[in-house]
Amino acid sequence: MKKKSFSGTNNYIASEQLIEAVNSSIILEKPLLVKGEPGTGKTRLAEEIAATFNTDLISWHIKSTTKAQQGLYEYDAVSRLRDSQLGNKKVHDIKNYIKEGVLWKSFILEKKPVLLIDEIDKADIEFPNDLLQELDRMEFFVYETGEIVSAKQRPIVVITSNNEKDLPDAFLRRCFFHYISFPDEKTLTDIVKVHHPNIKTNLLNYALSSFLEIRETPGLKKKPSTSELIDWLKLLLADDLKPEDFVKNKNNLLPPLYGALLKNEADVELFQKIAFMSRRES
Amino acid sequence: MFLKLFYALKSSGVPVTIREYLDMLKGLEKGICNKSKIDDFYNFARLCLVKDEKYFDRFDLAFKNFYEFNKDFFLELKKQIPKDWIGDQLKKFFSEEMKKKVKNDKDWEEVLKEFEKILKEQEKKHQGGNKWIGTGGTSMYGNSGYNPKGIRVGGTSKNRSAVKVWDKREFKNLDDQISLNIRNIQVALRRLRKFARQSSELEFDLKSTIFSTSKNGGVLDIKFCPERTNKVRVLLFIDIGGSMDEHAQVSEEIFSAAHSEFKSLDFFYFHNCIYENVWKDNRRRSTNLTSIEEILRIYKKDTKIIIIGDALMSPYEIVHPGGSIEHWNELPGSYWIKKITNYFEKVIWLNPEKKNNWDFSQSTKILKELSNNMMFELNISGIESGMKELAK
Repeated sequence: MKKKSFSGTNNYIASEQLIEAVNSSIILEKPLLVKGEPGTGKTRLAEEIAATFNTDLISWHIKSTTKAQQGLYEYDAVSRLRDSQLGNKKVHDIKNYIKEGVLWKSFILEKKPVLLIDEIDKADIEFPNDLLQELDRMEFFVYETGEIVSAKQRPIVVITSNNEKDLPDAFLRRCFFHYISFPDEKTLTDIVKVHHPNIKTNLLNYALSSFLEIRETPGLKKKPSTSELIDWLKLLLADDLKPEDFVKNKNNLLPPLYGALLKNEADVELFQKIAFMSRRES
Repeated sequence: MFLKLFYALKSSGVPVTIREYLDMLKGLEKGICNKSKIDDFYNFARLCLVKDEKYFDRFDLAFKNFYEFNKDFFLELKKQIPKDWIGDQLKKFFSEEMKKKVKNDKDWEEVLKEFEKILKEQEKKHQGGNKWIGTGGTSMYGNSGYNPKGIRVGGTSKNRSAVKVWDKREFKNLDDQISLNIRNIQVALRRLRKFARQSSELEFDLKSTIFSTSKNGGVLDIKFCPERTNKVRVLLFIDIGGSMDEHAQVSEEIFSAAHSEFKSLDFFYFHNCIYENVWKDNRRRSTNLTSIEEILRIYKKDTKIIIIGDALMSPYEIVHPGGSIEHWNELPGSYWIKKITNYFEKVIWLNPEKKNNWDFSQSTKILKELSNNMMFELNISGIESGMKELAK
């Protein structure tokens, strides 16, 4: 059975706005640019869309050295040069030295795939501009062989960004944009339940309230994210901790296994100080 | 009608283009959002038109205005009233007498007509500016999921009313004209990065490889070149003391956070205006002074200079010898500032005061002129345009 629209999955809680964003971008065949705090499930979104439509996920993880051309194809001039020096017969056909890139692979699939361009802001400032035409028309030209590669099915394109660089306006114009905000307490509970269905309500409440307490501490260098909360709960469950362990005393103001949430010694100190002060007040 | 929203966004500084607007219309044509739900339209419009979360707040405001102006249109959309809703609400709506009437003779259809008539009447009153839905207190709409302001979102099980979404203004602190957090600034400062090839040879150099290979008669001769590294040097002058104290600390934090972005970053302090000496340690300022002459000697011309100060003082402190409030200066501050702007290729002034207030202060005007009009407000967009200027 092929589903027609995305609505979140059993393992992924999506807000209504996000669902609408995904479905709109599928209907209008536009790339969806997703931003948000780290650990709010931007990359997971693409995986879940692929799972919903039961199709392939092709991911392209961008690094600071990634070039747009690598996504289309690469011409391996050096090995051709080497083959020519060695007198290899392969050298006569240039096609032997053209390597398909991620975009090419996603274009030739029979079934509409999901193409994930992960952390596009990691690349050079010019990177998105180099992909404008390719994402717009879903086709590109291979100089070396003179062929035009165009998409059999326009892939569903999901692009994530961590806001490290501004993206060019021309690129933004062609995308839909969604900002995943940090989930509220109820959604957070839902998300946790999806990942740890057997967690006891008591433990969950204690854990969530100390998690939110940490997040609300002013001046933290790095706020813990949803994915860190889930990892932390996994640890708590593995250690089989009881809600009693959350009771704070004079010697221990920090929640158990805080290392999974606070990843900076200055933050730990700050949190301890503030927790101590609020303790004294109450 | 949607053009109004488009122009409202444009005038509030959200960069929207015609292409995005057309995309939105196309989406509406394809029936992406359910017309009866303003929430959906809000989401979809934001999805199409806004491409950066820093504009969400401005979008919310513009959308609010747009909505207020076009309420009537949305009301039109709402004319079709869900039947079950009427069924539920009718009892509350009609007076005892009317209920009796219903019981007595009139059939259901007529009751509905009556209801519509009353509803219409009410809408007219609403258009006339009389908010009796909202202020009525025991409004029949209150229970049905209708917004107390008289805005219709009803018929859905979701109780979250449309207006709230943009009235909450959740994204307020993502707006770049307000917030100034270190991470944002780091991003802004990255514009300054300029790469140059220096140091050890690590990267494959295609051009000279081709050149020397052909020189060699076709036998490979591989060449390398140095990796690209950042070579930008930045020198900060920070106004300290008096009104600038809090700003100075923020500026220091900002720029030290971005330290890794530059090859070198140094800062000096001054008070109100730059004179012949500046200092590095504010506690020992009387003994540990560095003269501007020496700075001009040590730092290269291509060092980027950023002066941070509120430029609020008496004009005499800038243009007259002996104008300094702390010591006797032989030469006026304007002389030293000119010296700096003449020697270094790129100098900008970042001013924590609001730009609108600059024209009211004589000294700000003078200093703006002295820095060749390169004065920017100390907020994200100001820093960004300043960095663009420095990177030119």
